[in-house]
Amino acid sequence: MMNTSGRTRMIAYRLLQAIPAIIGIVIVSFILTRALPGDPAAYFAGPAASSESIEQIRRTMGLDQPLPVQFLAYVKDLVTGDLGHSISTGQPVLTELGARLPASLELTGFALLFSMAVALPLGILAASRPNSWVDHLCRFVVTAGVSLPVFFTGLALVYLFYYLLGWAPSPMGRIDILYLSPPKITGFYVIDSLLAGDLETARAALAQLILPAITLGLFTLAPIARMTRAAMIQILEGEFVRTARAAGLSRRSMLYTYALRNAILPVITTLGMVFSFTLGANVLVEKVFAWPGIGSWAVEALVVSDYAAVQGFVLAMALLFVTINLVIDILYTLIDPRLGMES
Amino acid sequence: MTVPLVDIRDLSVEFNTRRGTVSAVKRVSLQIAKGETVGIVGESGSGKSVTSYALMRILDRAGRIAGGSVVFGGVDVANADKRTLSELRGREMSMIFQNPRAALNPIRRVGQQIEDVLLEHGMAKHGNARDKAIKMLAAVRIADPEKRYSAYPFELSGGMCQRIVIAIALACRPQLLIADEPTTGLDVTTQKTVMELIVELARERDMATLFITHDLGLAATWCDRILVMENGEVVEAKPTRELFAAPSHPYTRRLLQATPHRDSRVCDLLPVDDPRRAVPSTAAPGKPLLEVKAVTKRFGGASSRPAVDALSFQIGEGESLGLVGESGCGKSTTSAMIMRLLDPDSGQILFRSDDIGTVTARRFASHPARRSLQMVFQDPTDSLNPRWSARRSIADPLYRLAASSRRAAERQVNELAERVGLSNHLLERFPHQLSGGQKARVGIARAVALSPSLLILDEPTAALDVSVQAVVLNLLVSLREQLGMSYLFISHDLNVVRLVCDRVMVMRAGQIVEQGPTASLLTHPSHDYTRTLLDAIPHPPASSRQPREAAT
Repeated sequence: MMNTSGRTRMIAYRLLQAIPAIIGIVIVSFILTRALPGDPAAYFAGPAASSESIEQIRRTMGLDQPLPVQFLAYVKDLVTGDLGHSISTGQPVLTELGARLPASLELTGFALLFSMAVALPLGILAASRPNSWVDHLCRFVVTAGVSLPVFFTGLALVYLFYYLLGWAPSPMGRIDILYLSPPKITGFYVIDSLLAGDLETARAALAQLILPAITLGLFTLAPIARMTRAAMIQILEGEFVRTARAAGLSRRSMLYTYALRNAILPVITTLGMVFSFTLGANVLVEKVFAWPGIGSWAVEALVVSDYAAVQGFVLAMALLFVTINLVIDILYTLIDPRLGMES
Repeated sequence: MTVPLVDIRDLSVEFNTRRGTVSAVKRVSLQIAKGETVGIVGESGSGKSVTSYALMRILDRAGRIAGGSVVFGGVDVANADKRTLSELRGREMSMIFQNPRAALNPIRRVGQQIEDVLLEHGMAKHGNARDKAIKMLAAVRIADPEKRYSAYPFELSGGMCQRIVIAIALACRPQLLIADEPTTGLDVTTQKTVMELIVELARERDMATLFITHDLGLAATWCDRILVMENGEVVEAKPTRELFAAPSHPYTRRLLQATPHRDSRVCDLLPVDDPRRAVPSTAAPGKPLLEVKAVTKRFGGASSRPAVDALSFQIGEGESLGLVGESGCGKSTTSAMIMRLLDPDSGQILFRSDDIGTVTARRFASHPARRSLQMVFQDPTDSLNPRWSARRSIADPLYRLAASSRRAAERQVNELAERVGLSNHLLERFPHQLSGGQKARVGIARAVALSPSLLILDEPTAALDVSVQAVVLNLLVSLREQLGMSYLFISHDLNVVRLVCDRVMVMRAGQIVEQGPTASLLTHPSHDYTRTLLDAIPHPPASSRQPREAAT
């Protein structure tokens, strides 16, 4: 093909561009946590500690060293995969991240799947029939989605489906206490239990997941539906769609092959932004459903100046952001042939 | 008489807008027989495109057929259901559009877009669709169709894109092709080959063609019969020869007059009693104002073909020089370098013997010569700030380059507006509230605000209707006379260049192939390329001059 090499080069270039971003993230996460108020050594020593023992702890933690030395030590640890120990739990940060990040990813992933499953068809239908009842429904859902706070929708859903109807299991974490968590392979309970062939556990994990995912999904579907509708409306008014109409193409191929494939580009961008945003910001949902996610963990760590944990959180999130952006960029080049040709 | 293929009777089309219902087409009747080529001619807003959209039933959501009947091959199109319509469209009647690149799906291979139509109408199966699409590409004379099958629209030229659109339209061998300004925006030579292709394919397949255009010359060259539309109504409908020999409606006569002929002068474009008629000056040019010496510009590496290749020419004081060439010949690059928007790779640009080529493009804005060089752009809409009133756009150079006081600028803007024929009450309007011609005037007023000595006009009338073009060209000619400006007039349209230029240069692939005084160059071109360009221009029959003169 004419521009395959152009695309490959473009993707390679994007990958290279990620490197300075990662270096920047490492530096910023280090400085940011050092700039936090509070003295971790004092916290670690406890309220009864004397100033000598605090000093002692400060030394063992390396906090008496000048910042550049601390930074080098930090980078060295990072390279070996050592993110330090959480002060409050005593666990290695990497282990905690390994346990908590999949929980958040699972929740956010399902929430996005749910919101896409609702928002994309809604947006497309609304765009193809402006001012019809679908369009009004779309507008209503979008407005409701952004204006209802997640803790409210979460509590309302729990009240309705758990307390009143009893359809949902108790909103207590990732799996009902009657079940054992599946052997860890990916960290996603639903997938792990399926891999282990344990349908019963998979069902239980999924049941736990549904309400928090819908809660979060109701919030995230608003920007996706809105963007889908706007992009589709713009494309459907375009000249090439008129050509497709004049050529007698069916409504189906006009909407999907012609309009949606062009309209999907801005939707993907929105999706990436929403994903990155909700991953770190779903603390409220995690609190309501006692979900052991990374958001609530980070907030707790922040409150007690547990900076190894905060640092690990910032680093993990930033790397995720970079990865997501990279994936979106690459998706873009795959969908839009025009992109490989610049440069 | 046999039943016509298309039978439109008393068609009315209305649009729902924010300001209420607007009637775009009023009681239009039109019959097209099998194999016949019918033209609809009119200016923007005449309803010519809307009529054809109604025939295809592809009107916007806001538009609807408000009255009359539309029958195609015995089928009542106006009341047909969706299934009947999708069987008609693309298979029985097809349409090609202006701006072919935008008319194609930008992210789908062109071959697949042809396949889509073939598959939709059951003219191919998945097994042979590719072969049929490639055959179709060959039928529209695309070189190397196998390879072009997998090209995307952005990889093809405008002319090629139009061939693809034609291939899509004709893939299922329709009985009627509607061509809506299919060559507007294409070069004259491309226009000619595309038109020849359409006509040839139509003849081959005994296909009727409805040809919609604003260009009387084009319609005269290719149509059997012509309908002239104005404000949604058909004002005249006659066989082509008769229409040009004896135009009966005043609007037709006005349109004919405004269309540049081989032998018309710029003042001939307007009625004799029009005060805006301008007489071209015959004064000899003064000493050189601008000298371009061996200027070269490349956009790729050192081995790439230069966009402008060792170009040299000069413009005298008060002279009007035409620069003619097809898209990609380097004319816009040349003007951008003279305006110092681009830096040349080598060569000199002397303005009043001062080398402005050495001033970097970035710093030229504050150079003293900047106010003597002004430009009028091709697209009157896009070259105005949409959030500025006409007054502010015209006043902008006064504030920026002349540091005028508020009151002085105000007065000057009023004078300028009067000079370019812009009524005072229009000055407070924003671009979207102005017509194309009014916007063009704002652009011209802005450019002449500082009384520049050189005005670069980059296709200033290309986006305008002929009647507006006639007024603007006359305005430009008289302004040059009044303000003693020199013009560098860039155009692909030799007919227009001839009306306003003393001397013409023909440019191709970054070089000048021929130059000389306008009259002799255009009547006795020495270079083959100039001859090709001249031959490609469609002209309305010259016989139209006599009745026009008689009528006015």
